[in-house]
Amino acid sequence: MQLSTKHLLGIKDLQLRDIELILSTATQFKEVLQRPIKKVPSLRDTTIVNLFYENSTRTRISFELAEKRLSADTLNFSASGSSVSKGETLLDTVNNILSMKVDMVVMRHGASGAPHFLAKHIPVAIINAGDGINEHPTQALLDAFSIKEKCGKLEGKKIVLVGDIMHSRVALSNIYLLKKAGAEVMVAGPPTLIPKYIRQAFDIRVEYNLKKALQWCDVANILRIQLERQNQVLFSSLREYNFAYGISKKLLDSLDKEIVILHPGPVNRGVEIDSDVADSKQSIILQQVENGVAVRMAVLYLLSNKQNFN
Amino acid sequence: MTTILNKYQLQITIERLACQVIENYVDLSSVVLVGLQPRGIFLADRIFEQLKKIKPGQIFDYGKLDITFYRDDIREELHEPNHTDISFSLEGKNVILIDDVLFTGRTIRAALDALLAYGRPKKVDLCVLINRRYSRQLPIQPDYCGKSIDSIISQKVKVEWDKEEVNLY
Repeated sequence: MQLSTKHLLGIKDLQLRDIELILSTATQFKEVLQRPIKKVPSLRDTTIVNLFYENSTRTRISFELAEKRLSADTLNFSASGSSVSKGETLLDTVNNILSMKVDMVVMRHGASGAPHFLAKHIPVAIINAGDGINEHPTQALLDAFSIKEKCGKLEGKKIVLVGDIMHSRVALSNIYLLKKAGAEVMVAGPPTLIPKYIRQAFDIRVEYNLKKALQWCDVANILRIQLERQNQVLFSSLREYNFAYGISKKLLDSLDKEIVILHPGPVNRGVEIDSDVADSKQSIILQQVENGVAVRMAVLYLLSNKQNFN
Repeated sequence: MTTILNKYQLQITIERLACQVIENYVDLSSVVLVGLQPRGIFLADRIFEQLKKIKPGQIFDYGKLDITFYRDDIREELHEPNHTDISFSLEGKNVILIDDVLFTGRTIRAALDALLAYGRPKKVDLCVLINRRYSRQLPIQPDYCGKSIDSIISQKVKVEWDKEEVNLY
C-alpha cells in the first residue's frame, strides 16, 4: 500500500487510486479524532517543518494539528520575521533547516511552482500547502472528502466552482481531482475571472449566469476573490460583484432543489457569499475545516516513508 | 497442509472460550469485547453471539479495534488501515481482547497501546483461537486460548472462516 508519488505537489500528479487511498485513510483518521485521546504514535520518529511564505490561518493550523495528532515533531517557519528579509534564498533557507535533520517539508509559497523546484533539489518529502495560482492539493482533497461524506460519492455528481477561477489554486486542484474522480465540473463567474481556454483545456462546462449554474449543480464550491493576486481591475466593485455573483439566501430559495455549499475560506461575508448562507445548514464550511485535519493526517502518514529517499 | 481444527472442533472451541469468559465474569455488564481488525473480528463475532446465547438479556458492549497506526513496523511497510468502531468508554471495564492467532505478540502490544486511547480499563484479558508457542518476541501470553500449537516461523496458520477450519501450511 503506497502512493505512486514521493511528494504531494499537486493533484495533477496523482492517480485516481492515490486519491482513493488518501480519502479512505482519512476516514480512519477521522475516527481517531473522535476518540477521547485524539493522538496516534505513527510519526513519532518524524520531524516536519511548516514553511509558510504566505499568510494562512486554516491550512497552517490544520497541518500543525495533523502533525501533532500523529506525534510528529513540528517546526514553524514564517517568512516575516525570518532571514528571508535579509536576502537568503529559498533553497538556502530549506537546506539550512534540513541540516538540522528534518524529514518532511510542508510549504506554502506565493510563487507558482516553488515546491516543484524544491522537490528537484532536496531529498525529503514535500507537501504543497498552496503555491501561487497553481495548486492547493490538500484543500481539493478535503473538499472531495467533505462532498463524499455529504453526498455519498463523487462520481456523476455535478459540481460548480464559483468566483475567481483565474487566480484560485483551489479551483485548479479541484478541477483536476473532480475530473479524475468522474464528477461533472462547471466553472461559473464573470468572464474576466475565468481563463479563456479553460473549457478546452479541462473539458469542463463554463457558465456566466450564476442562477443557471446553481440550478444545474448538486454542489457549489464558492471561491474567494483573490484581490491580492489581481494586478488589474477585473470587475467594477465588490458590491457589484456581490449583486451579480454573490450567493444569497433568496437566490438559493429560488432554486427548485437544495444544493450543498462549500467554501475553502477565508470567507468574505457579503462579497462572494452572504452571512445567512454561510451559516445555514446547506453550508458545510465548518465540516470542511474539521475534515481538513483528517485528510492532512492521511497525506502525512502516507508520505512519511523515508525509504523513498534512500 | 495439516488441519488444526475442523468445523466441529472449531464450534466447540468457541463454545468453550465463551464459557471460560463467563466463569471469570458471572456478571457480563462490566465486560467489553474488543475484536482486532481485520481477522480477529470473525472470532469476536462468534464469541459475542455465543455469550448472548448463554446469557440472554445480558447487555454488554462489543467493539472493533484497528491497530495500524500503532504498529512498530510502519517504516518497513505501510499497511492500509481498517475501521475502528468503539463508541463507548473503556474506563473501569474488563476488556476481553480477541484475535485469531497469537504469534510474535507485536499486534497485541500495539492493541494495548491503542486501547488506552479509549479510557483506562480495569483489566485487559487476551483471548485467541490459536496460540503459536515458542514464537513470541514480546512477553505476552493469552488468558483464554482455543488451542496451542508448535510451529516453525516459516509455517503459516490460516483460520478459514468460509470453510470453518484452521489449517497449518
